[in-house]
Amino acid sequence: MEGQNVEELLAKAERDEAEKLQRITVHKELELEFDLGNLLASDRNPPTGLRRAGPSPEAELQALARDNTQLLINQLWQLPTERVEEALVARLPEPTTRLPREKPVPRPRPLTRWQQFARLKGIRPKKKTNLVWDEVSGQWRRRWGYQRARDDTKEWLIEVPGGADPLEDQFAKRIQAKKERVAKNELNRLRNLARAHKMQLPSTAGMHPTGHQSKEELGRAMQVAKVSTASVGRFQERLPKEKAPRGSGKKRKFQPLFGDFAAEKKSQLELLRVMNSKKPQLDVTRATNKQMREEDQEAAAKRRKMSQKGKRKGGRQGAGGQRKGGPPSQGGKRKGGLGGKVNSGPPRLGGKRKGGQHQGGKRRK
Amino acid sequence: EMRKFKISKWTCERVSTLQKLSENVKNAMLIKGGNANLLVTQVLRDVYALTKPYGVLYKKKNITRPYWSLFMFGSHNKKWPNNLVIGRMYDYHVLDMIELGTEKFVSLKDIKNSKCSERTKPMLLFAGYDFDVTEDYRRLKNLLIDLFRGPTVSNIRLAGLEYVLHFTVLNGKIYFRGYKLLLKKSGCKTPRIELEETGPSLDLVLRRTYLASDDLYKLSMKMPKALKPKKKTNVSHDTFGTTYGRIHMQKQDLSKLQTREMKGLKKRPAEKITEDQEKKSKRIENN
Repeated sequence: MEGQNVEELLAKAERDEAEKLQRITVHKELELEFDLGNLLASDRNPPTGLRRAGPSPEAELQALARDNTQLLINQLWQLPTERVEEALVARLPEPTTRLPREKPVPRPRPLTRWQQFARLKGIRPKKKTNLVWDEVSGQWRRRWGYQRARDDTKEWLIEVPGGADPLEDQFAKRIQAKKERVAKNELNRLRNLARAHKMQLPSTAGMHPTGHQSKEELGRAMQVAKVSTASVGRFQERLPKEKAPRGSGKKRKFQPLFGDFAAEKKSQLELLRVMNSKKPQLDVTRATNKQMREEDQEAAAKRRKMSQKGKRKGGRQGAGGQRKGGPPSQGGKRKGGLGGKVNSGPPRLGGKRKGGQHQGGKRRK
Repeated sequence: EMRKFKISKWTCERVSTLQKLSENVKNAMLIKGGNANLLVTQVLRDVYALTKPYGVLYKKKNITRPYWSLFMFGSHNKKWPNNLVIGRMYDYHVLDMIELGTEKFVSLKDIKNSKCSERTKPMLLFAGYDFDVTEDYRRLKNLLIDLFRGPTVSNIRLAGLEYVLHFTVLNGKIYFRGYKLLLKKSGCKTPRIELEETGPSLDLVLRRTYLASDDLYKLSMKMPKALKPKKKTNVSHDTFGTTYGRIHMQKQDLSKLQTREMKGLKKRPAEKITEDQEKKSKRIENN
């Protein structure tokens, strides 16, 4: 009796299992081809169900899609999983479908200057530990980055070294040195990159003669060539009608810290007087210069507007003429021009107008 | 000059467009032609929704565009009504272009149900043996995978698989259907799938094609050596499933071999003396 019960139980358990699996099993003649890296499945079975369906096979398509998706999901659920931040995540394999690249394979790059040097000398990269013991804090800290082991920037006391000027700012010196190192590193990195891709450095754009250089580029190249002498361009002759370059001096000039004490005292007292006075001080020279500059700018803007309007008129007239075509050209042109001026112009001309506006915007800048 | 050095925007742009060993996700450009009609525009909008953020929908006013590698162009005229051209680029030239005509179209917004969130990786299904047999359809399948697959990821959240794009080829027509995934309970770990149509739904017909020549296609598929999966040459399997491995050792200096001291085999002092005498006599004889 008990034996029969056990047998029945086992049989029932088997049947239950089969039923459970039935929900997710799909029968197909040919196995699907899976590319799990791309979440892709290809079904090569002949679509008999679909053929039977009429012109609108929506239900059959959905059924086919459901079956194929079920098979794909079955495959995906069999992948190794891990828990990442409370979510069940499956590790996908590499995609197997071969797709063409966007750009060709990069050619092998030339070695950087450091790599060449290391190769010559036989220097190999040293394996460094992740953490370094920090005496100050008494714990293991990382070698660089946030909360690193020996952080220069956190020091509140720097001893003035033996030979240095006692009034020099050592903190500023440190910061400056760091900035210089970073800039030098960046420069070298970009130089290596440019060398690898045979790109032009932006600072040397236009310096190499190509035959297609603009006037500005040529001018700049010429200036640089002039200054590249032993006397830094001081004894270079200029052509008879050549103008001296504008703005080649220092951009800002500062008074030395210890210089003329009398002059400094005078300027400081003057400053105090100006600040204390109730009446606003008017610098006549600066005011007149400012006024003149504003007037010049207004005049220039007006001139540009006039020339732009002229161009626009010409353009519109041309379009009008083309559109009217047949009738006598002069009459047609004038009419087109007048018609175009009114805001409710035909869309074609509207396009032209927009183009004109863009141009004007650019020039105004 | 070194202190004032700054990385210019020009350099940054150039560096980002450089050739890389393993490439980034392909950007798609969706353009509508001058004569595009409402249907074609809506198709482009839907594809844009599916390929965000790697797709860009261009309206008429955009001028210069950065480099892209996939494009979809929609137009409409009497000879080719409701036309869509899907294409891709290789090395700044067009690689493949396939023209598809839209016969029936139901947009995402016309099917009223909840939509999937954007930027999820879709599951792609292709049905019909035409996709493997005919060259045109094979390229089309490749192109569609390229367009819709999204970024390549190594891990995927199983609960985040939301939608399926199903392409079927039957009697010269391509049925493109989009479904939302509903995971139902089944008795075991793997859920049972139910689908809900969420769109877009397109009936397409293959029109003209411009496929790359075989050698150009092969060139574009070339994988750099670094990315090729490395074969393990010192592991072999036999028919019974046993795995054999080979380890290569360096030559051993046998004189430095550490053996166990066997005191019985040690030479006794008496024996040593007789040996020396024998050697001496041999030397004298030879000389």
